[in-house]
Amino acid sequence: MPLAPLAIAAYTLTNGLGAGIAPSLSALRQMRPGLRPCDLPDVPLDTWVGSVEGLDGEPLVGDLAPFDCRNHRLAALALDQDGFRARVAEAVRRYGAGRIGVFLGTSTSGLRHTEACYRERYARGAPELGAELRFAYTHTMFSPAAFCRRLLDLHGPAVAISTACSSSAKVFAAAQRHIACGLCDAAVVGGVDTLCASTIFGFHSLGLVSTRPCTPWGLGRDGLSIGEGGAFVLLERRDTEDGRLALLGCGESSDAHHISSPHPEGAGAALAMSAALASAGIEAGDIDYINLHGTGTPANDLAEDLAVTQIFGPGVCASATKGWTGHALGAAGATEAVLCLLCLEGGLVPGTLNTDRPDPTLAVRVRQVSQAGAPRRMLSNSFGFGGSNCSLVLGWQ
Amino acid sequence: MKTLAAIGIGAIGPGLADWSQTREILSGRVAYQEGPAPAPAPAMLPANERRRSTPATRIALEAARQATAGLDIDVAGLGSVFASSDGDMDLIDRLCTDIYGNRVPVSPTAFHNSVHNAVAGYWSIAHGCRQGSTSLAAWDGSLAAGLLEAATQLACTERPVLLVAYDVPATGALAPHRRFPAPFACALLLALGPVAGSLASLDLELATAGAEDRLPADLGPMLEVLRAGNPAAGILPLLRVVARGAGGGVRLPYLDDLSLIVRVS
Repeated sequence: MPLAPLAIAAYTLTNGLGAGIAPSLSALRQMRPGLRPCDLPDVPLDTWVGSVEGLDGEPLVGDLAPFDCRNHRLAALALDQDGFRARVAEAVRRYGAGRIGVFLGTSTSGLRHTEACYRERYARGAPELGAELRFAYTHTMFSPAAFCRRLLDLHGPAVAISTACSSSAKVFAAAQRHIACGLCDAAVVGGVDTLCASTIFGFHSLGLVSTRPCTPWGLGRDGLSIGEGGAFVLLERRDTEDGRLALLGCGESSDAHHISSPHPEGAGAALAMSAALASAGIEAGDIDYINLHGTGTPANDLAEDLAVTQIFGPGVCASATKGWTGHALGAAGATEAVLCLLCLEGGLVPGTLNTDRPDPTLAVRVRQVSQAGAPRRMLSNSFGFGGSNCSLVLGWQ
Repeated sequence: MKTLAAIGIGAIGPGLADWSQTREILSGRVAYQEGPAPAPAPAMLPANERRRSTPATRIALEAARQATAGLDIDVAGLGSVFASSDGDMDLIDRLCTDIYGNRVPVSPTAFHNSVHNAVAGYWSIAHGCRQGSTSLAAWDGSLAAGLLEAATQLACTERPVLLVAYDVPATGALAPHRRFPAPFACALLLALGPVAGSLASLDLELATAGAEDRLPADLGPMLEVLRAGNPAAGILPLLRVVARGAGGGVRLPYLDDLSLIVRVS
């Protein structure tokens, strides 16, 4: 059922390309890479990652100190960019702090900090992880949402959604529903996830990590590059006005197929895309660009290609941006939603970095090189383990 | 918020096999006897998955099964919400122990089962359900967050929603850091209410945080220990009102500054 579009009052993101939207936009425009060889000391694997600089020396202090861990430092750095916090403060004045929700996606929350506690425990031969873990503030899945509520002094409904790689796309849908039901008037939505040994080793154990920078949709593609990042959007219930960026629709589905492999024909993915179009009250032909989930694994891209072709036909304008950011897992949905927003505002159709030779067996011909354009509506795909799918429609009102 | 109708209920925990037994205990007709936490193998899964399923998956899928059993509904058409504060902590402990303690490659199965939505994935696979499903967490308010998410899904899609809440103690190095007294899972099959013949009608409302409802002393201390210590078992005061059949309001923990009030009729 269509829900009222929500105004995009502010957005920001931070990832391996840099802090704030400017480095991401210029990297997309100039086809400038952002991945680098993995240098995590406890992950001696030959792989490339999108890693955020400048977090190691910036601990959280004051009443935020208990939350100190890499994931929350990353969230704080991201929230500090692009005047985002000032726009949230304006929304607080407009609606009241109790009327602004926080809906955050994450796959691993503060697990990187937990890993450090395990490493320290075994290095010292200690029997326990120790109080430094601060489980309730760092490890627990809800902690990024609790941290953002505290940092932004918000008092509305809040939740962490953790559905693997669709997590921070689904928060848009949850916020839209909560606002439609009158539980809040505005919402900070987003995602934040940090590079972890568990996830890199885990994807490696499944044979899904590339030794090169990932090549989504590429001939001979052989897996992911994993990234970290934080991306946030301020959604507001406002009377719809023309000439404003908006969340137009959301579609969610499940594959009901396998816990870590996509449905081979992309059946669940196709359902999510058609549900997003229905939710926005538009047709497939109204979409000017698709930001593919496009992870660069052989099976994921093949299944998504079949799904996109089924709904949009092979001629649709599409690309995948994970060659720039890496796959930010629980932060990927919000990261790519924000990349869509800055391309809508910046008049850009992004290409597909690293993919010099697209796979000729895939029907959708991805844009390889970023080009200026005037897209009006974009669809962003996010699909995750457990067969969790979410598609968002973003565009100008 | 629109009124919800609870069409089916599942409940499982130590000494609580299912909703009919839980109802007898919560209504005071049968004395509570603490017992081992049941962990039935989920018959809905293929043999391989059933054998490898974790205690968290087992208890959550059993609650889900109970809430939909014997009802004339299309399970494959249900939306779903899975609420758990910390999911499967055993798998996180296993991954970290393998990496930093045993220094062996991580198990691919442990890794893909460690995602917070693994239970939801198994449930959707078991039933061929392609509807959207949300797996969420909100610390001790995970149950309330799940109720709100389910209620908003129901209001916006007008399709029945299955809410499953489960929390299971860790056994490894994480155990001292997040103590649950015992495993517990519950499930509510919710439709837009009121529905004739439903088990209860529920109205949700946010309120400034206040002391949540406890279980009365005449039910014995151990059920209250379970309620207070396991976020999913926070549903017990609500189930008690349903069991007694007289209606009433219950205050559930949600966030540090908000409670969720559920009015049962």
